[in-house]
Amino acid sequence: MVAMPAADEAVLARRAAIVAALRAIVPGEGVIETEAEMRPYESDGLTAYRQLPMVVVLPQTTDEVSKILRYCHREGVKVVPRGAGTSLSGGALPLADGVLLGLAKFNRILEIDYDNRVVVAQPGVTNLGVTHAVEAAGFYYAPDPSSQIACTIGGNVAENSGGVHCLKYGMTSNNVLGVELVLMTGEVVRIGGKHLDCGGYDLLALVCGSEGLLGVVTEVTVRILKKAEGARAALVGFPTSEAAGDCVAKIIAAGIIPSGMEMMDKPAIHASEAYAHAGYPLDVEALLIVELDGPEAEVDSLLARVSAIAKESGSTTLRASTSEEERLRFWAGRKAAFPAVGRISPDYYCMDGTIPRARLPEVLARIRALSQQYDLRVANVFHAGDGNLHPLILYDANKGDELERAEKFGADILRCCVEVGGVLTGEHGVGVEKRDLMPTMFSKEDLDQQQRVKCAFDDKGLLNPGKVFPTLHRCAELGRMHVRAGKLPFPDIPRF
Amino acid sequence: MADTLKPRDEADVVEAVAWALVEEKTLEIVGQGSKRLIGRAAQTDLTLDLSGISGVTLYEPEELILSAKAGTPIAEIERLLADKNQELAFEPMDCGPLLGGETGRGTLGGVIAANLSGPRRPKAGAARDHTLGVHAVSGRAERFKSGGRVVKNVTGYDLSKLVAGSWGTLAVMTDLTVKVLPRAEDVTTVLVLGLDDARANAAMTAAMGSSCDVSGAAHLPARIAAKSAVAALAKAGRGVTALRLEGIPASIAYRRKQLEKLMRPFGRLTALGREDSLRLWRAVRDAAPFADGSLRALWRVSTAATAGATVAGKIVAATGAEVFYDWAGGLVWVEMPTAIAEENAVRAALGGNGHALLIRADASVRASAAAFEPQDDALAALTRRVKESFDPSGILNPGRMWAGV
Ligand SMILES: Cc1cc2nc3c(=O)[nH]c(=O)nc-3n(C[C@H](O)[C@H](O)[C@H](O)COP(=O)(O)OP(=O)(O)OC[C@H]3O[C@@H](n4cnc5c(N)ncnc54)[C@H](O)[C@@H]3O)c2cc1C
Repeated sequence: MVAMPAADEAVLARRAAIVAALRAIVPGEGVIETEAEMRPYESDGLTAYRQLPMVVVLPQTTDEVSKILRYCHREGVKVVPRGAGTSLSGGALPLADGVLLGLAKFNRILEIDYDNRVVVAQPGVTNLGVTHAVEAAGFYYAPDPSSQIACTIGGNVAENSGGVHCLKYGMTSNNVLGVELVLMTGEVVRIGGKHLDCGGYDLLALVCGSEGLLGVVTEVTVRILKKAEGARAALVGFPTSEAAGDCVAKIIAAGIIPSGMEMMDKPAIHASEAYAHAGYPLDVEALLIVELDGPEAEVDSLLARVSAIAKESGSTTLRASTSEEERLRFWAGRKAAFPAVGRISPDYYCMDGTIPRARLPEVLARIRALSQQYDLRVANVFHAGDGNLHPLILYDANKGDELERAEKFGADILRCCVEVGGVLTGEHGVGVEKRDLMPTMFSKEDLDQQQRVKCAFDDKGLLNPGKVFPTLHRCAELGRMHVRAGKLPFPDIPRF
Repeated sequence: MADTLKPRDEADVVEAVAWALVEEKTLEIVGQGSKRLIGRAAQTDLTLDLSGISGVTLYEPEELILSAKAGTPIAEIERLLADKNQELAFEPMDCGPLLGGETGRGTLGGVIAANLSGPRRPKAGAARDHTLGVHAVSGRAERFKSGGRVVKNVTGYDLSKLVAGSWGTLAVMTDLTVKVLPRAEDVTTVLVLGLDDARANAAMTAAMGSSCDVSGAAHLPARIAAKSAVAALAKAGRGVTALRLEGIPASIAYRRKQLEKLMRPFGRLTALGREDSLRLWRAVRDAAPFADGSLRALWRVSTAATAGATVAGKIVAATGAEVFYDWAGGLVWVEMPTAIAEENAVRAALGGNGHALLIRADASVRASAAAFEPQDDALAALTRRVKESFDPSGILNPGRMWAGV
């Protein structure tokens, strides 16, 4: 388990005063301090980690957020922002000496502007809530994490979340046009808006995926898309995952970007089918779901090309949806893959590495070998189109050292992803979970530069500390320059 | 003319920056210099010319990625991609002709550092959206990398996208990895004739809000259309609103019918085939109507798409400027009648709802005007802190974006 920074006893000793100060900012039920009432906040989607916060505060306005942060900045109190708490990397894990700042009350859609195709929402609105608000007019919000019923748009921004439609329509950061951000000092900055691009530094790019370490997002402007006229999905079965991987590469090489292209291995297919009854073939080693969207003429023509490519790649079964219900049923199995796996095992641990697609067969072989080595089962769900793997490691936390083995197994998978040219996390974030693996991907200089950026936003390191960065440095120390005595580059570097 | 250092590799860049740090020299960072005249004119002690750090290091069409050294000519990259029917979907602009230079110049590093994207921007995203990873040298003379070679990646802060659009003020990029995409099989353009700016703005709004998947929406008022190299526009004798459809032929044919049905109430319709479409959208991308060798002040204004005609109307009323629209009205190209930038008129019309960049003006104007959008105090302070986190001594392109940054 990853260790969190030690609690500051001096802060804990001042708890009563801190609670009182927060009550003066947020009246009534907005401040929660009893153990029983704080219990629901003790962990997020990474349930192996639990910690009660010092106090929970649920502000309702930007002004309240600003006052809370200004107070905590002055008093040296740590703050952990939280949306719906579905993070799979422990991003919203509380700190014993920290204020947990929940954004659940920021749950209103502020503006729907169909003409500019944007929605302005408070951060606590759920991902699906944005789509629901605009779907009657034929629009939707494209990034669609499987947790979309519960997770918040603010959490999506903080994690730069993805979903099955990201292959064609991009991740959160490609779909967010603006935010209102409260800095740890209480200052409020607005970045972007209904227009495209930033007039200065692209700070939006930093905020997306900042995991609650740079500021608290209090308003989000997202772009919405008009629904395509139609969509069809094909279920394609393969005797090997190599053949399925080959098919994916050929589809893209043929110039086709499907609106979704997902892969599942045999254990995942069986678990899903038993749970969701989507009609998946059970006698295949790998299943691809390929979805194409657009006008009928386009969908039918591309589907025919995809079918031909699949046959060429050795597919053994292919079924294309013929109705909207059938298409949704195909997806229901995939979208329920996590809970389905949850039914066949007391616990599961979801990994999230991304790899260059061509390396899929060797990475899957490696995962199989590791599964034997650690004696734990694994089911693979895979955003095949963009190389994002979700191996689900099955374990039982109540059995001996299974959790510990699962964590080691997971870390080995991620190291393997980095080795083949991939990354530690494709969409779930670093959080607590992958914090100590960061040096497998980044050098000290890389991490120092990231932390210096953090210092530009949060000079005292009070916002969500203990996440993302394996080693905490003081900003003053990071800012110090160690310039070696200048050697003229001129003898070597051509000069004109 | 400042002295020029021409590093051969990343190690040379580190040496040069380390030397500049100790000697307290400032560096202007350039690729081929094709965008050198955009924005603020700043004085530096030396020029760091990256054009020698060149070459595509990795191109995997099936993975949709390309890696290249920062000084690689963009023309070389576009040729390589075209061979595999792929492209940079954000349509990098060719600034040469606009600034009195040659066409076809520019480097990958410069394209990403400027983050100027073409007509497909609303649909496909900006240059920064296609930037997957960078290796760079900070103003502290330290090498760092960010991102990677895969599209889906949330490991650490996305410094690649931050460095994109920072005009060389944060770090010297040495290697980049970008996302590439298949080129559309075919393209057609539906033209609506005779609309005034407000009506054209409304027509483009309707088109973008349909499921016709329009991948470009531009409006050229009559005098601008008249300058077009495409006969259908040059001879139209009135304003032309252009809507681009890309994809497979069967899909285009169907969407064209839908789009024409939607546009018929707005005005008379006609269409451009493939070759004329390519020509027209290239011209829109490069603001070709204003590339006539003049040094009249030229602004690139980004605002909410529906606000385009209103913002432009105010600027025109105050200054007598000529304008045309891209991004369904969200991008307004504004050419002033003279070399005077008329910055106050531009900023006032925009009213903070977007940003304006001075793309062209003579040197004296560029030295005094605020070429980039001014920021409020909190944002300006944050911007300065971000700059200092990369370049504490302010040696990389100081003053290129704002004085003191
Ligand atoms: C069953 C299941 C399926 C999932 N599927 C997907 C998937 O398909 N794709 C995917 O990308 N993710 C997926 N996730 C992960 C998770 O849902 C996302 O990361 C989601 O974006 C988190 O949103 P949240 O509101 O729950 O945020 P939280 O978990 O509350 O917080 C996440 C992080 O964001 C910060 N944060 C939250 N709100 C704010 C704010 N307003 N301002 C600043 N920081 C803030 C927190 O500090 C924390 O670091 C899944 C999770 C589960 C449990």
